[in-house]
Amino acid sequence: MGITLPILILAIPFTMFLVLGIGGVKMPRKVAGVIGILANASLLAICYTVAFRYFFSGDTQFIVDGVRQQLQVFDVTWLAFTERLVVKIGFLLDPICAMMLIVISTISFMVHLYSWGYMEHEPGFQRYYAFLALFTFSMLGLVVATNIFQMYIFWELVGVSSFLLIGFFYKLPSAVSASKKAFIVTRFADLGMLLGILVLTFYFPTFNFIDITHNTGNVLASTGGATFLGASVLTWALVLIFTGGMGKSAMMPLHIWLPDAMEGPTPVSALIHAATMVVAGVYLVARMFPLYLVEEASMQFITWVGAITAFYAAVVACCQIDIKRILAFSTISQIAFMMVSLGVARPDIHEGLGYMASMFHLFTHAMFKALLFLGAGALIHAVHSNNYTAMGGLRKYMPITHWTFLIGCLAIAGIWPFSGFFSKDEMLSAMFSYSPFWGYWMTMVAGLTAFYMFRMYFLVFWWEENPHYKEHKPHDAPWQMSVPLLILAAVSCVAGFIPFGHFVTWNGEPYDIHINAQVAATSLTVAVIAIAFAGWLYLKKNDKPSLMRQALPALWTAAHRRFYWDEIYLFVTRKIIFGGICKGIAWFDRHVIDATMDAFASMTQFVSVKIKGMQSGSVQTYVVWYFLGALVLAAITWICIL
Amino acid sequence: MDSVANIILYFIVAIAMVTFSVLTVTSRKILRSATYLLFVLLSTAVFYFQLGYQFLGAVQIAVYAGGIMVLFVFSILLTRHPDEKTALLTHHKRMLGITLSVVSLVVLLFALFNMPLLHGASLTEMIKAGNEITMAEIGTALVGTEKFQYLLPFEAVSVLLLACIIGGVVVARKR
Amino acid sequence: MTMDLSMLWYLVPSVIMFTAGVFGFITRRNMIAMLISLELILNSADLNFVIFNRFLFPGQMEGMIFTLFAIAIAAAETAVAIAIIINIYRSLGNTDINSAKEMRH
Repeated sequence: MGITLPILILAIPFTMFLVLGIGGVKMPRKVAGVIGILANASLLAICYTVAFRYFFSGDTQFIVDGVRQQLQVFDVTWLAFTERLVVKIGFLLDPICAMMLIVISTISFMVHLYSWGYMEHEPGFQRYYAFLALFTFSMLGLVVATNIFQMYIFWELVGVSSFLLIGFFYKLPSAVSASKKAFIVTRFADLGMLLGILVLTFYFPTFNFIDITHNTGNVLASTGGATFLGASVLTWALVLIFTGGMGKSAMMPLHIWLPDAMEGPTPVSALIHAATMVVAGVYLVARMFPLYLVEEASMQFITWVGAITAFYAAVVACCQIDIKRILAFSTISQIAFMMVSLGVARPDIHEGLGYMASMFHLFTHAMFKALLFLGAGALIHAVHSNNYTAMGGLRKYMPITHWTFLIGCLAIAGIWPFSGFFSKDEMLSAMFSYSPFWGYWMTMVAGLTAFYMFRMYFLVFWWEENPHYKEHKPHDAPWQMSVPLLILAAVSCVAGFIPFGHFVTWNGEPYDIHINAQVAATSLTVAVIAIAFAGWLYLKKNDKPSLMRQALPALWTAAHRRFYWDEIYLFVTRKIIFGGICKGIAWFDRHVIDATMDAFASMTQFVSVKIKGMQSGSVQTYVVWYFLGALVLAAITWICIL
Repeated sequence: MDSVANIILYFIVAIAMVTFSVLTVTSRKILRSATYLLFVLLSTAVFYFQLGYQFLGAVQIAVYAGGIMVLFVFSILLTRHPDEKTALLTHHKRMLGITLSVVSLVVLLFALFNMPLLHGASLTEMIKAGNEITMAEIGTALVGTEKFQYLLPFEAVSVLLLACIIGGVVVARKR
Repeated sequence: MTMDLSMLWYLVPSVIMFTAGVFGFITRRNMIAMLISLELILNSADLNFVIFNRFLFPGQMEGMIFTLFAIAIAAAETAVAIAIIINIYRSLGNTDINSAKEMRH
């Protein structure tokens, strides 16, 4: 493969960022929007070309004896620390990368198109498109990284663009604090990732993914069995690197930023906080999967974190009012699903089924979650509120949104034949074959998923019509917004039939997917029961939900308040760190360090006031002093010589 | 052993030099001060001749006594009435000046008389020891680029003089 | 009685000239008078160069050349100084050093 297309993949969005970022102010919004969309369309075409050539051309550089290869299209030296430790920037093409190219370019294009309608009347439209381009560039740079340091650089860049886009409505205090929260929390997580990279490369001095993942034995040997606090240093390194993934993918306890990130424009939530950036953690683990396999403890850690997060987020999602928050927690839960699936993947269990299933779910989830978010955007566009209490009975007013949203809900709930069913089924069978406990646990989470999604669906589209509709009749969105909905809904309908095992497996060897009938039956039954239960509760306006709420007020409030995680963070930071530790430091700073400096200043001032009379402006006085000084010097010299 | 004529000349010039120096700084009429300065400069020129530097003596007379003195006289006449006397010095200031000068004089003379190197050979011997400096030698030294030749300072000084001409015009011209 | 005109003989008048210049520079209030005192100081320094050249390094002429340049520079310096003094006189109306205590634009 030539390097033109891969370079274009990175160059187009970056150029767009520069053009729109610098020249955007001078452009009319139509021009900026058209330029952004056209550039993204060409990016889409290029990404598809690259990915399809990778998957289907059968070229020996991509596939040898049926095994898909990892190909470094280019890898140029950027920083040379030592002879062996060199930071490079390159383009690594392999199955998961090709898949991510498709996902990112598709969703990015959909979001660009959608935003044209959604953001039409917002000030800073051009800035918005520039940030979108920056994000697309960073995310593409992240997935094509040939080495962990490049990934780290782009990891930070996606963090920055996420920060910029969450705080897009910078006049809203809530958006500003949400963007700061997202940035600070993920930065803390990235600190862990950086430490992990340092530990790993301290023992095995290369950043290159291929070197690391193909020589796992050497990596393990290079640590020499060193341990720290009871765990091997390699486990520490891997867990620390995973911490970065926990931050970006909003795993507990670092999930607190993602619900608040919904303050950003809804298309941004669809692109960054549902489909692409938040799966970076999953992608990171998948990228270094062979190395994680070496350390069982790190795999266990991933599984536990994922399982707990999945359950927690699902429960919280059942009790939210804001539809974007529901979707945010749903995203957390689904990503945790992928994490668990990765955590239970073993080469000896169905040839690493969990890995394939996780990537499959990443793909389908990106499509239907983007669809759901864009649908939610259309709803918000129509009723000007995020809360389902302002909605209800909308199916008659917004048919396109209704049907596409229903498809999204069915897909995420795991109903045949929508895409979510297939990927979820693969994940669940991987979990069942690893350990029945995780299988049942995650089946329960899947049931909760179906419940809360249909709770939202029924509350938004059925329940009872909001009386405000008479004054302000909601209607379907303009074509720029409807077209992406329809496309994504179509993808969600058919994506499940992709023979995913032929494309993405942990070692590149193709593998046939087959539906595990028992698991499929169980999960389908659970999902249908959950949907029926949600329908029973929320189809028509009744007082069953409020009765349930009154029966367990403490539980409801706790879940609604997200089990007080934010309060815990606030307590730790405000009361303990700021109030306790920092007070002493502040006192020391004010009364010792500042006071010393103040003393210097006042001393200087005192002396200056005293001696300023010498600065008389009278030349002759100066000469007298000068001459006296010269005489004294002469006298001293003379004495010394004698 | 120096000739008596040389010694007599020395004394005449030295006494003139000291006297006129003191008069220069004590005279209350500024035009007189300038005139006394002229005599000091001329005495210095005589010393140069006596020390065997004829060219330098000529330059001293031409540039200092001829050029700079004219500048002084012009500027004095531009800024003051010729007969105008400077104000009397305050007692305090005069005492300060006298003290400082006397102290420095004492220190310097003390240093001079304690320096054994200075009581060396006589002038005649020294003039004999050195070759006579011809104009050709001076000219070669001024425009050569070898060691102990001074083309660069020479050019620098010419540039300085140019700058000085322009600077003088710019500073002194009427706004 | 033998009298040798040694180096010291020439240095003593030079030193007296120098201290006279210092006295004048400190006590005179007229700027031109101060400049004249300055010339005395400079002249004594020039004279010293020549004396040292003659008595310590009779075979060379560096001291003389130095004095030559010093005279040229003294001329330049005097010209500029007088230009400044005339300018001050124009704006202040006199050439008293005490009336020019502040740097002004």
